[in-house]
Amino acid sequence: MISLLLTAPFLLPLATALLTVLVPSGGARKGVAFGGALASLLVAACLVAEVASEGVLRVAIGGWEAPFGIELVADALSAAMVLITALVALLALLFQESDADPAETSGYFHPLFFVLIAGVGGTFVTGDLFNLYVWFEVMLLSALGLLAFGGRVRNLDATVKYFVLNATGTLAFLFAVAFLYAATGQLNFAALAEASRPDDAARWLPFVSLLLVAFLVKAGAFPVFSWLPASYPVLPAPVLALFAGLLTKVGVYALLRTAAHVFPTAPVIFFEILGWLSVFTMIVGALGAIYHYDVRRILAFHIVSQVGYMLFGLALHTQGAQVATAFYVLHHIAAKSNLFLLAAVVARTAGSYDLRRIGGLYAARPGLALLFLVSALSMVGVPPLSGFWAKLMLLREGIAEGRYVWTAAALLTGFLTLFSMMKIWFAAFLEAHPAGVDAPKPLARATPAYAAIACFATVTIALGLFPEPVLEFLARAFGASDPTEALASLAEGAR
Amino acid sequence: MILALAVAAGAIVFAGVYLILSRDLLRMVVGVSILGYAANLALLASGRPEPGMKPAIVPEGLEALSSAAADPVPQALVLTSIVIGFALTCFSLVLVLAIQQRTGGADADALREVEPPPTHDHQPALVEEEP
Repeated sequence: MISLLLTAPFLLPLATALLTVLVPSGGARKGVAFGGALASLLVAACLVAEVASEGVLRVAIGGWEAPFGIELVADALSAAMVLITALVALLALLFQESDADPAETSGYFHPLFFVLIAGVGGTFVTGDLFNLYVWFEVMLLSALGLLAFGGRVRNLDATVKYFVLNATGTLAFLFAVAFLYAATGQLNFAALAEASRPDDAARWLPFVSLLLVAFLVKAGAFPVFSWLPASYPVLPAPVLALFAGLLTKVGVYALLRTAAHVFPTAPVIFFEILGWLSVFTMIVGALGAIYHYDVRRILAFHIVSQVGYMLFGLALHTQGAQVATAFYVLHHIAAKSNLFLLAAVVARTAGSYDLRRIGGLYAARPGLALLFLVSALSMVGVPPLSGFWAKLMLLREGIAEGRYVWTAAALLTGFLTLFSMMKIWFAAFLEAHPAGVDAPKPLARATPAYAAIACFATVTIALGLFPEPVLEFLARAFGASDPTEALASLAEGAR
Repeated sequence: MILALAVAAGAIVFAGVYLILSRDLLRMVVGVSILGYAANLALLASGRPEPGMKPAIVPEGLEALSSAAADPVPQALVLTSIVIGFALTCFSLVLVLAIQQRTGGADADALREVEPPPTHDHQPALVEEEP
């Protein structure tokens, strides 16, 4: 039963991908896709319930026990990520049914889509470093397929830029795996954590730094984020929401897992570097967003800026900051995916993604304006939306830890985010249309688009109104890993 | 043995990085693929192979491996990463060939389809395509 629950996050999407290849007609393929996505969501909910009642779940694949075989592990963090992944996948599929910038429907779309979900799901449940690398490559290959989809020069341009930086990043990961195996003889997370106890923390710095480089590329952090704004704008809206919500957050998840559970005793300089990188990531991302007028590009730079916040939480390296970072990731996935879907509806209704070519939507679409405002203000951190709690906890931890410069940079970025979100909102909704066109083009199939958007907005509002159960659930993943507590108990044992 | 592997991996990293830094797309993706082989060598070396090691098979009539047996885990890892690297290499070569056929060149700096250069007054270029 537990092995079924733990393998489902990648087996179900893989099975769905295979079925969508085998089913010949378009209608049946859609049915299979929705069935697979719904089943994934149900199983993910079961996984969350099981973790909530039973604690950490572990399965050794093929009966090869943990340090020798590959272990699948689901703690509260994994379960929450699997659930939100399944939700994003289902809502992206739903949005694909509307006519607001959907992906071209050919036989390749659904298989690639589901293999990507399988890669993301596998990343969240694996307890093995090399297995994590394999899932990264699964994600990379299917993401490349989705980017190149259509075969126009702009697709190929985006693909080549995505490929070179990400492939180099995963190779850095592979080097780190080799060195860590040579140094410890382990690949299992728990065994690595055991092997890297703080006897001489500095010895681990080169290995952990290589891992850091690999995960920073995936997360889209300064200075290795340039692949992100260079590739995301070519994607159709549902795929873009999927990429924006999940792919960079997989990098953040891997970093969180490394910092909290695998190398909690990494040397201080590691977290110092991470903190300063987070400052640059936050500010450079926000400045990029302020410069651009293409809504997708503005939002893409915002991803970079928001990843900076998550790195800031990681760099503080306290239990509270780690819980806050995990909450931030969940909030960000819901709000960011929704913003890209909203941008597609806005662009389709008003005629362009360029803010200099659209305007005056408020009169015709006040509901859309309100929905956009919910996600945008959640991103900025206005109470009572989800972003408020995420930012509040991070800033409080930053001040408590005495990191005033990092905290000030985070506050400044909040203002810059507000500025660029309001730039979109004013230009698209309030200012008059530059060409004097008053009648927007209505969507032919608006219901699926609005349903997906409303679901995401509900998640954002619910996370904002009831953050406590989510925080309590997430805190279980970081309960036993508090580095100060662990060190104190080690010191006690030494005495 | 480890020294030989380390020197070889170092030389391959040098060649790979040199090619990746090239502006020619074909050289760039070949560089990524070559860098992958350096990672494979590093993985192989992580099992500390020595001349005269035996395969990791329990001999007939014995209960455990002999002490001269090679570590099988890095070999499994290398096999996996070679296969993945092969898929990536195939994809990237076809990708660059497609770019060459469609644009007539493979200069990384000339590839500005997604990120067009700014207009003369330093504003971002207008988005032309319809959603």
